[in-house]
Amino acid sequence: MARYVANRLMQAMLLLVIVSALGFAILHLAPGGPLSQFAVSSQMSQEDLVRVTRQLGLDRPLPIQYLDWFGRMLRGDWGRSYRDGEAVLSVIGSHLGATLELMTTATVIAVLLGCWIGVLGAVRRYSLFDSLATVGAMIALSIPTFWFGLVTIYLFSVNLGWLPSGNRQTIGDGSLLDLLHHLIAPAMVLALVETAIWGRFMRSSMLEVINQDYIRTARAKGMPEWRILTVHALRNALLPMITVAGLQFPTLLGGALVTETVFTWPGMGRLFLDSIGYRDYPVVMGILMFSAMMVLIGSLLADILYAVVDPRIRVG
Amino acid sequence: MADETGKFDVPALDNLTPGIPSRRQFMLLGASAAAGLTVPASAFAQTERPTNPPDKPRGQVIAALSQEPTVFHPLMPGIEVDQGVWWQIFSPLWFIDPDGNFVPDLAREVPTIQNGGLSADGLTWKIKLRSNAKWHDGTAFTADDVKFSLELINNPDFRVRNRVGHSLVKDIKVVSLDEIHWRMEAPYSPYMSILSLTFMVPKHILEKVTDPNSSPFHNAPVGTGPFRWGERVPGDHILLNAHTGYHGKGPYLERVVFKYIPDLTVLYTQFRTGQVDYTGLQGILPNFVQEAKTLRGRKIFVSSTASVEHVAPNLEFGPFADRTVREALYLAINKKAIIDALNYGLPTQTESFVPQQAWSFQQGLPQHSYDPAKANGLLDAAGWVRGAGGVREKGGVKLEFTNSTTTGNAVREQTQQLLIQDWRAIGAAMRVNNMPAAVIWGDFWQQSKFNSVLVSVNFMLGSDPDVTPRFGSGAIPAKGGRGFNTYQYQSPEVDRLLAEGAKQFDLAQRKVLYGDLQKLVRNDLAMLPLFQGFIAEGVKDGLLGFRHNINTSSNCWNIREWYWA
Repeated sequence: MARYVANRLMQAMLLLVIVSALGFAILHLAPGGPLSQFAVSSQMSQEDLVRVTRQLGLDRPLPIQYLDWFGRMLRGDWGRSYRDGEAVLSVIGSHLGATLELMTTATVIAVLLGCWIGVLGAVRRYSLFDSLATVGAMIALSIPTFWFGLVTIYLFSVNLGWLPSGNRQTIGDGSLLDLLHHLIAPAMVLALVETAIWGRFMRSSMLEVINQDYIRTARAKGMPEWRILTVHALRNALLPMITVAGLQFPTLLGGALVTETVFTWPGMGRLFLDSIGYRDYPVVMGILMFSAMMVLIGSLLADILYAVVDPRIRVG
Repeated sequence: MADETGKFDVPALDNLTPGIPSRRQFMLLGASAAAGLTVPASAFAQTERPTNPPDKPRGQVIAALSQEPTVFHPLMPGIEVDQGVWWQIFSPLWFIDPDGNFVPDLAREVPTIQNGGLSADGLTWKIKLRSNAKWHDGTAFTADDVKFSLELINNPDFRVRNRVGHSLVKDIKVVSLDEIHWRMEAPYSPYMSILSLTFMVPKHILEKVTDPNSSPFHNAPVGTGPFRWGERVPGDHILLNAHTGYHGKGPYLERVVFKYIPDLTVLYTQFRTGQVDYTGLQGILPNFVQEAKTLRGRKIFVSSTASVEHVAPNLEFGPFADRTVREALYLAINKKAIIDALNYGLPTQTESFVPQQAWSFQQGLPQHSYDPAKANGLLDAAGWVRGAGGVREKGGVKLEFTNSTTTGNAVREQTQQLLIQDWRAIGAAMRVNNMPAAVIWGDFWQQSKFNSVLVSVNFMLGSDPDVTPRFGSGAIPAKGGRGFNTYQYQSPEVDRLLAEGAKQFDLAQRKVLYGDLQKLVRNDLAMLPLFQGFIAEGVKDGLLGFRHNINTSSNCWNIREWYWA
């Protein structure tokens, strides 16, 4: 098992180096730069732009810049944001809480709701509920998050006035109730697609399980249906979902990017979008590395968990 | 706000009395109404003061911005929204009010040749400073702080925004705690305007930092302005608290919150639902303005900005080198359609790079007329004959070119479609070549790699019309120049006027010089002006004191005067 984990870790490290080199190259080779925003302003001249470029070290050859950045990153120095001079880790840290809050809430909603819909859909296969759940999932997967967010704001904030139209909390009001009030709409929007995905996967996983011999045996023995479903079927059907959970992180992060923009949620997604717009290389690279690490850790954990559950995997 | 109005060899303007519009304002209102122009917001603001400001700061304002302020050191490279925060935390020696007057802030009076602050040759500057101004930590503001600020700007290791004008400052002498003198290497009158946007920084804090580009000050600035630093939640908001020891009038609010809302539709929705009190940069989208005006409990101000939307031709590119071509193209533009159909009639047609509210604006420039027949006639007469596909050509040069602007700017993309249509009618073929902002404003723009660009530019240095960096022959980056003359415009007469205007301190004479300059640029059609930019801002009813100021980049310039009725 230890060898298996060590192998997977080595692969993950190599992937991180490849991601960093590719990300750095793509970002820096794209035309424009952190100072292009000043080009139409009367505040800075061409001479000023050249001077500041030199002061930021952006005039050095790209491989030198990369090696310098990579070396410092290995020592724990992820650089400083070009925009506000803050340490990159601190910038990421200041946005991480908001994103985790949103993603965790959305994931909890999606897992609970998705599993319930999936299980019920499998048990009542081809029923009206199953058909409605299937159609609903298709619609949810097709709706653009941005549009759904705006419709939610229009309906619940502008017309009904039930929910705030954005922000993480009312400035000056740090209560939990206020936080939850602000969380409802964006979490709902972000959870929509996730719920559909979990529902569809859960349905097919459950269908596989409930047709197994041991379920038939349990029924033959006269075990109550609810016990068969929760104790025998659900536990086994949830196993493949470990992989789904591990791979859902990038999708969730992508969804958060849009949701955070619509609901003015001060999270990582919006930070990423802003930083790309400003060509804030250190922050973009920081987020890229952080996300890559999260994805790799997610899939690594999923693999390890699977190996723990199913010994055939580590042997193979 | 300081209570003394400084003059810069300017004939006295009407004093503004709160509640009573001045003669100048009545004229502005009348003229604007007659011409169907946008009424300056400052005119409205002065008439909307039914109550007095409170005795002590009361309440808060949430000001929404579509870009996040991130640069709090006011001498480093920053953008317009950053300036909105600088105005609250820091103070300049003097500022420019909405009518273009210099008003003393940290200085006791604005230096002029008459009051002895400026020598007749414009080389010696003597500045008398306030003695009652304090930094937010209680330390007294002195002449040493001014010396430190000017020297920091010229420090080669400091990542300063620019050194235009500042680099000419030599021999700074602190005469006393409240007086400072310096000598200029050469006379440079735009420096008065540059200083109006140069915020002073504290010597006692910054002299101790090891790296001037990175210190705790950058994220917790200390100034002499009306508001103190409170907190910043990155990606969300900045909170500032009233500085009760402020040397001027105000502030009347306890707190100011700058709320960052990147999407303009969302920003408007939050204004509509009452979550924000004021919509700052970039304001309300034109398509929402009519609806916004009908909202209860809200006031909408549509004001002109100093930016001029124009087609920027690369004058070194084939057909654009021919002035006749530029004139024909200009005549063929249906400006009315662009202004009315695409911009909801909100902007004002213009012929100059100077905003119409500026003292230097030249009246009576030749007015644009939409005349495709005349445009065709001009091109025929100049030997541009129609070839294959109806596209004209002359001497092997085809009248075809690309036009570029920022990808995703819907209004500009629609404008391009109209331009294609208008110019096709006179045998000119235009193709769209749009790019993302970070790409187009990089080398493509700076090194004149474009054929033509649809762009909005603020040509002014504060309130000064010195456009040497834009139209001076020595300012062409593609030819090794130092500036932003990406048009590659070269005119010895323009160079002469610019050089003379920069060393002239008499306003009346400067007005003549820059008037001639505007006539030349208009005649040469170095740029094809479409309209003067505008911004639509929303303010909640009961929030008083908002005054649009075309001489600053942000209308948050005077939040110290805002209060709730």
